[in-house]
Amino acid sequence: MLTISNLHARIEEKEILRGINLEIKPGEVHAIMGPNGSGKSTLASVLAGREDYEVTDGSVTFNGKDLLDLAPEKRAAEGIFLAFQYPVEIPGVTTINFLKTALNEIRKYNGQEPLDAAQFLKRMKEKAKLVKIDDALLKRSLNEGFSGGEKKRNEIFQMAMLEPSLGLLDETDSGLDIDALRIVAEGVNQLRDGKRSFVVVTHYQRLLDYIVPDFVHVLYKGRIVKSGTKELALELEEKGYDWIKNEVDALEVA
Amino acid sequence: MSSIENKDTSSLKAELIADFQLSQAKLNGKAALPIHQLRGEAMQNFDKLGFPTIRHEEWKYSNVSNLVKQTFDFHTKTDFNQADLDKIPLPHLTGNVLYFINGVYNAELSQITTAENKLKVIPFSEALAQQPELIEGYFGKYANYETDAFTALNTALANDGVVVQVADNKIVEEPIILRFISDVRLANIGSQPRNLIVVGKNSQVKIAEAYRTVGEGAAFVNTVTEIIVDESAMVDYYKVQSESDKSYHIGTTQVYQKGRSYFYAATATLNGGFVRNNLNVVLDGEHIESHLYGLYVPNGKQHVDNHTVVDHRKPNCESHELYKGILMDKSTGVFNGKIFVREDAQKTNAYQNCRNVVTSDEATMNTKPQLEIWADDVKCSHGTTTGQLNDEAIFYMQSRGIPKKEAIRLQLLAFAQDVVTQIKIDSIREYIEELILDKLQGA
Repeated sequence: MLTISNLHARIEEKEILRGINLEIKPGEVHAIMGPNGSGKSTLASVLAGREDYEVTDGSVTFNGKDLLDLAPEKRAAEGIFLAFQYPVEIPGVTTINFLKTALNEIRKYNGQEPLDAAQFLKRMKEKAKLVKIDDALLKRSLNEGFSGGEKKRNEIFQMAMLEPSLGLLDETDSGLDIDALRIVAEGVNQLRDGKRSFVVVTHYQRLLDYIVPDFVHVLYKGRIVKSGTKELALELEEKGYDWIKNEVDALEVA
Repeated sequence: MSSIENKDTSSLKAELIADFQLSQAKLNGKAALPIHQLRGEAMQNFDKLGFPTIRHEEWKYSNVSNLVKQTFDFHTKTDFNQADLDKIPLPHLTGNVLYFINGVYNAELSQITTAENKLKVIPFSEALAQQPELIEGYFGKYANYETDAFTALNTALANDGVVVQVADNKIVEEPIILRFISDVRLANIGSQPRNLIVVGKNSQVKIAEAYRTVGEGAAFVNTVTEIIVDESAMVDYYKVQSESDKSYHIGTTQVYQKGRSYFYAATATLNGGFVRNNLNVVLDGEHIESHLYGLYVPNGKQHVDNHTVVDHRKPNCESHELYKGILMDKSTGVFNGKIFVREDAQKTNAYQNCRNVVTSDEATMNTKPQLEIWADDVKCSHGTTTGQLNDEAIFYMQSRGIPKKEAIRLQLLAFAQDVVTQIKIDSIREYIEELILDKLQGA
């Protein structure tokens, strides 16, 4: 589904990704972990098409298409969804209108008829239940004045509405209390259907207690330096990142 | 009359002075009437003042030097008719709708639906010629024809417009919509409409002025509206502008509010080459409320200047002001908002805010809030911001599948919405929404 080869990216003069290789198959959940500043969020942003980053080398193919060649909205229409670490507040645009526009743009791109008001509302009611998001919230301006937890739930709600084939969760657990963490994670789990894939970027193990990954990758200094299964995440939780950092740094010196 | 006292030797000024002399000659002995005396005085003032230059503090960012080099036809009869009107529809237009073509009232196109015991509507030309006593108590008593050259000019030369009188204790349900159309298909047209709106005690009315041009020529519209809001009366006043890129619009709305009255204004400038709006509100009584909203969406090389004055003269009043601008391409905008709180005006609440989005590096916005406060127990605040759309918000929308252009348009629409929703006449609001949508296609 997604193949990342030798991906290099920088922001201004600073090189952040220095040769990422990753293969994601349908239905898989990959966790990307790593210390602060290792490039985890950059990877998610580059995949979604954030303009601040410049890709200097490598390639990304998504379902056979050159992803890096597509504008962010086309990537979304092709089935990529980024759940933001810091969802943006947009005054004056209600979540409902925003999603209706988004959904119908994506449908248009894929040659489908737009949903009418009744179909849209039906889908909305259904998906709102997934993350226990209140109707009243959806009628308000997008994320404006939402609590941290409400914003993250809204991200997962949007993902449920747009039904992407690949969900990128960028530190979705940050800023969540215990209950919100569970609600968000359960929302994601309900979207796991054997075909939809996820990349879960996180600093901690706690989200992975709920969203159990098939693979865990450790990112450090812009490269994947270790890959394993869910047990690797547990090991990291216990031992921290220093032992991996030391291993890598020792190799670099040698 | 000579123009030796000032250096303004512009062709437009000369034309207007000649025009005035001609009109004087036609007065047939009525020149001694107070109203014509006042017009004569106004012309002398204009002659002394001349057109303002950018050295004039109030005109620093708005240069009329190109305007005054031109000449305009102030007297051409137009055959603009229903068929022409049908081409520029304003959908769902109901109520009292009055048409002024090149500044002249057109009875055939107009309709007055409210009963006369509530609402009296008389063309200004008729009041001037036949019933000067109707307007003498108000005309020129509020708008400043002493130091404002354009108001002086209008006071001297205005030959039509409308006089609206709402009796005491009446609720006028149907709006009064004044449509001013400059037919510039064949010539450059000048007009100087003058409106007088007197709203009686405890009465309520909604009024809109809509200006537009038909054709590609230049229009020069110099308009003055005086509104007197008597005790406990409520007035909604809307001004909508959509004129050609070659047009000059200079408009003054002078409002005088008495105790416990409520005045609510929204000015929406969608198109016009050069636009200057002066909205001056005097709060001369206690427990008065004034709300001033504005929206301007210039593109190309359009220039929109809003000057407002809110003059708190008595205690216990409040005023709220919000102006918003979207500036595209090489357009320029000006906002100058003055608030006076006089010594007597204790317990005043006065708020002013001006927010702008600039969508191009070549667009410019000049803002200048001016607060002059002589009372000591007041709450006043002002703020201005000028910025660009938030890139992160645009990316957020894109990441959900919304194309960049559409994301920008949605956010600009949302930005404008605060002001648009203030307009309570449905047909006018829908018209503005449509004009904005059109305009933002190019953003």
